[in-house]
Amino acid sequence: MNFQTTIGLEVHVELKTNSKIFSPSPVEFGDEPNANTNVIDWGYPGVLPTTNKGVVESGIKAALALHAEIEKHNHFDRKNYFYPDNPKAYQITQADKPIAHDGWIEIEVDGKKKKIGIAEMHIEEDAGKNTHNPNGYSFVDLNRQGTPLIEIVSKPDIASPDEAYAYLEALRQRIQFTGVSDVKMEEGSMRVDVNISIRPYGSDKYGTKTELKNLNSFNYVRKGLAYEEKRQQQVLLSGGTIQQETRRFDETTGQTILMRVKEGSDDYRYFPEPDLPALSISDDWIQDIQESMPEMPGKRRERYVSELGLKDYDAMVLTQTKEMSDFFDATVKNGADAKMAANYLMGDVNAYLNDQQVDLQDTQLTPEHLAAMIKMISDGTISTKIAKKVFKAITKGEEPVAWVKSKGLVQLSDPAQLQPIIKKIVDDNQQSVDDFKNGKDRAVGYLVGQVMKQTRGQANPKVVNELLMKELNNR
Amino acid sequence: MANEEKIDKAQVEHVASLAKLQFEDADLGKFTTQLGDIMELFNTLSEVDTSNVAPTFSVTDQFNTMREDVAVNSHQKEALLKNAPDTEEGFIRVPAIIDESEGAN
Amino acid sequence: MNYFDTDLTTLHDKLVNKELTAEQLTRETLAKIKADNEAINAYITIDEEGALKAAKAIDEKGIDADNLWAGIPVAVKDNIVTKGLRTTAASKMLENFNPIYDATVIEKLRANDVIVIGKTNLDEFAMGGSTENSYFKTTHNPWNVNKVPGGSSGGSAATVSAGGVLAALGTDTGGSIRQPASFTGVVGVKPTYGRVSRWGIIAFGSSLDQVGPFTRSVKDNAALLNLIAGHDEHDMTSSDKAVPDFTAGLDGSVKGMRVALPKEYLGEGVDENVKKAVLDAANTFKELGATVDEVSLPHSKYGIAAYYIISSSEASSNLQRFDGIRYGFRAQDVKNLEDVYVRSRSEGFGDEVKRRIMLGTYSLSAGYYDAYFRKAAEVRTLMINDFKKVFEDHDFIIGPTAPTPAFGIGEESSDPKKMYMNDVLTVPVNMAGLPGMSLPAGFSNGLPVGLQIIAKPFDEQTLYKAGYAFEQATDFHKQTPEIGGDK
Ligand SMILES: [Mg+2]
Ligand SMILES: [Zn+2]
Repeated sequence: MNFQTTIGLEVHVELKTNSKIFSPSPVEFGDEPNANTNVIDWGYPGVLPTTNKGVVESGIKAALALHAEIEKHNHFDRKNYFYPDNPKAYQITQADKPIAHDGWIEIEVDGKKKKIGIAEMHIEEDAGKNTHNPNGYSFVDLNRQGTPLIEIVSKPDIASPDEAYAYLEALRQRIQFTGVSDVKMEEGSMRVDVNISIRPYGSDKYGTKTELKNLNSFNYVRKGLAYEEKRQQQVLLSGGTIQQETRRFDETTGQTILMRVKEGSDDYRYFPEPDLPALSISDDWIQDIQESMPEMPGKRRERYVSELGLKDYDAMVLTQTKEMSDFFDATVKNGADAKMAANYLMGDVNAYLNDQQVDLQDTQLTPEHLAAMIKMISDGTISTKIAKKVFKAITKGEEPVAWVKSKGLVQLSDPAQLQPIIKKIVDDNQQSVDDFKNGKDRAVGYLVGQVMKQTRGQANPKVVNELLMKELNNR
Repeated sequence: MANEEKIDKAQVEHVASLAKLQFEDADLGKFTTQLGDIMELFNTLSEVDTSNVAPTFSVTDQFNTMREDVAVNSHQKEALLKNAPDTEEGFIRVPAIIDESEGAN
Repeated sequence: MNYFDTDLTTLHDKLVNKELTAEQLTRETLAKIKADNEAINAYITIDEEGALKAAKAIDEKGIDADNLWAGIPVAVKDNIVTKGLRTTAASKMLENFNPIYDATVIEKLRANDVIVIGKTNLDEFAMGGSTENSYFKTTHNPWNVNKVPGGSSGGSAATVSAGGVLAALGTDTGGSIRQPASFTGVVGVKPTYGRVSRWGIIAFGSSLDQVGPFTRSVKDNAALLNLIAGHDEHDMTSSDKAVPDFTAGLDGSVKGMRVALPKEYLGEGVDENVKKAVLDAANTFKELGATVDEVSLPHSKYGIAAYYIISSSEASSNLQRFDGIRYGFRAQDVKNLEDVYVRSRSEGFGDEVKRRIMLGTYSLSAGYYDAYFRKAAEVRTLMINDFKKVFEDHDFIIGPTAPTPAFGIGEESSDPKKMYMNDVLTVPVNMAGLPGMSLPAGFSNGLPVGLQIIAKPFDEQTLYKAGYAFEQATDFHKQTPEIGGDK
């Protein structure tokens, strides 16, 4: 029997706002436990939530980036459940009327493009964090409580673990370009829950799905789904049935492990949040946000190819992150040749970032400095060889033009200065002149080498070549 | 109609488990009877034709009231921890959470 | 001292003229309420130390001649949080709870040099109509100590009625200010939903709750609403409408006003003496130059069912935070986390609170939401429309506040459904978010009977204008209880 796979993804993205979604406490990570909490975050008797406008705005941005329809009249709901990191014992979320629905993003797997639908996207509050020790206690830190989240729920359009991987890449990229989140899985600002079911080809009834929770990387998502796909096939082929269950991906064994079997569905007793008036999002507001939206990666890629003449592959690499793409755009805007800028970013800059294990925005590199360096190469002020040294200097924040001058690394291109040096070297190497006359081209190379040696590498090779040929031909 | 059936002990126990409450055996009988009585009253709403009526969940005259995204740390950590029944090193302490799959949102 | 023969302006003048200091007034008030607390039991916590400290500070600073409330002691229902002053909601769950912030209404009182004298008794988490559902004590009706003071703001009503304070704050989710005001013969107002901030009010039914004043007179009541009303950035449901001076326009006239008397409010179950008081009141308004029409609020009879579904549903969610983890009661000797939840909640809540949580949880649960919670919300719309229709051509509505005068302690507490039916005349006002008042309008066997006045949203001015005219034309409010047993 052949099976087809259906995968659904629920992605939580933490928004990068100053304050929490329903309380003015700061959104900050890595502080002492409970340092960024107040009575609202603790669900104190008598407290009320207040909606952060910045969160709604970020939600609209994300929705636009996902080509989703904005629900102009939306409201919050309460999702009721008891858990130590959930202080009110309800989460304020959107169930009935989420802020956006019916979006899509495009993915590409093995050169084939496909649109994956997004059922809905809502805004909600994050919970605190529980940690455990082996002595029979758990510890609750409410710093994260109230951090704004968007939850993006895909339509069941994803048919393979590879598509799931591509969907996550595309989603991360688009959200990252809006600037509303860092979307970093390793830091928890992007969290993925997946569900997967299989059914015999041609069957119009979805199979029972299993859920994988707390996956730590896109790779684990792909591996976990691939394992689960195979496991479900084996269960069905051996005459078994799939149970509705929550499973965990074990990173060391690459297997999924049963956490709990779901008996019926959870009863969260959703109802409209009476403490918060409904939201009414005007066309004007959407328009304003639309106009302030950064150019999305697809558009940039097209522009790089058609306007700047980059190769498609290079355009794709440069649009992986907004930081890289913005850096590239700014470098070109500062007068650098686009192809050279692209090559530097994909080559030296990327190598440097990998070597230092840092993000572009955390370095001292600036588009202005990189552009100035590239311009010096283009106009012959420095050689590409010298540029290696200059690059090192600009990673340390040096202004390249001043630095090159102060180090005396400006390329020697003035014929008046080079002429006497060349003349002397030719005079001193009669053997080479003879060889040249006898048609041995290697002699030229030797003489250029001598000039470079004499000028400690600063002579402009192109000018040296021209002058040397003239000198030799005159003899 | 399903909602017209009288609530029984099993249902009361199910609802109690959702609400994290438990009743002694004697109380369970009493509560079941009382709740059944009150639900009977609730069921009178089925007499009202609301087929074209939108629900009212709030009567506030406000909408779209939002707070600007400005962070304020109230520095209430110590006072908050002081009210907690059990704490350790700045955390609220609870008996071990066994099932970690329940909390996710 | 007692507050029977004085009012806000008189006291204010004495304070300004230094015939009386805030400290003296506070000491006398403390002496009276401490003495009364044996027979009446209106207070859970009397804040002698805090009140005296505040009074001395106010005396030192000097009484602000422009602030009527400077130096006046006021009692506060114990479901309104007070920073540094134990707030219990009359529950074992919060027996030792020390709030670390002030409710907005308390902030406003303090900012206006009002002295918070103590925290009054209530039905646990404001759930009840008799103040018998308190974990701590039963409050008695000053007119007859064998009778209940009504509820849930029974403590606030009783202490004002007994002359213990000039004014007190209560909360009203389904009648919890108006019904005890009626039972104890004082003026109680539930403002329009959104008129007063709910920040710091321990939530019961979030779409219904409002804070309001108890006083002996209509004018003092208006003066206290002046102090606590207004938009609050902490409460997004609080209205940003301008707050008028509610004491303005109290001229004793209702000439030309159109009064509505719903026939449903004088139906089955309403005590004959209560009916008579209301009909007499209708005549009084007519004599004052108003017209009175019989009108219909056809969905009134579904009010109780719809109200108890909505309020219990909201309450079931609001009270989930009491889980023994971050504050309040945690059960001893728990074996595991589930025990913390179940035992803390089962031991910490009283029976009535558990009943409401159960009703609400059931009404919201899978398979029942549409038939109960949603249906009730639809009926709520119809109730609102009923009122809208009446208000198209009437200025205010009159009726009884409660079907009967105060009933006996222990008389109805064993039958929750019967107890719920007592709220039939007050809950529609909360469902529609309207302002409502109860004021003294007669007696039945020596017990006060209240008249309810209901106005359009944010039209408390009409409420006060009508109430003041009625008060001036009658002398029910001048009668005072002699604290004692059966009369
Ligand atoms: Mg979800
Ligand atoms: Zn979520």
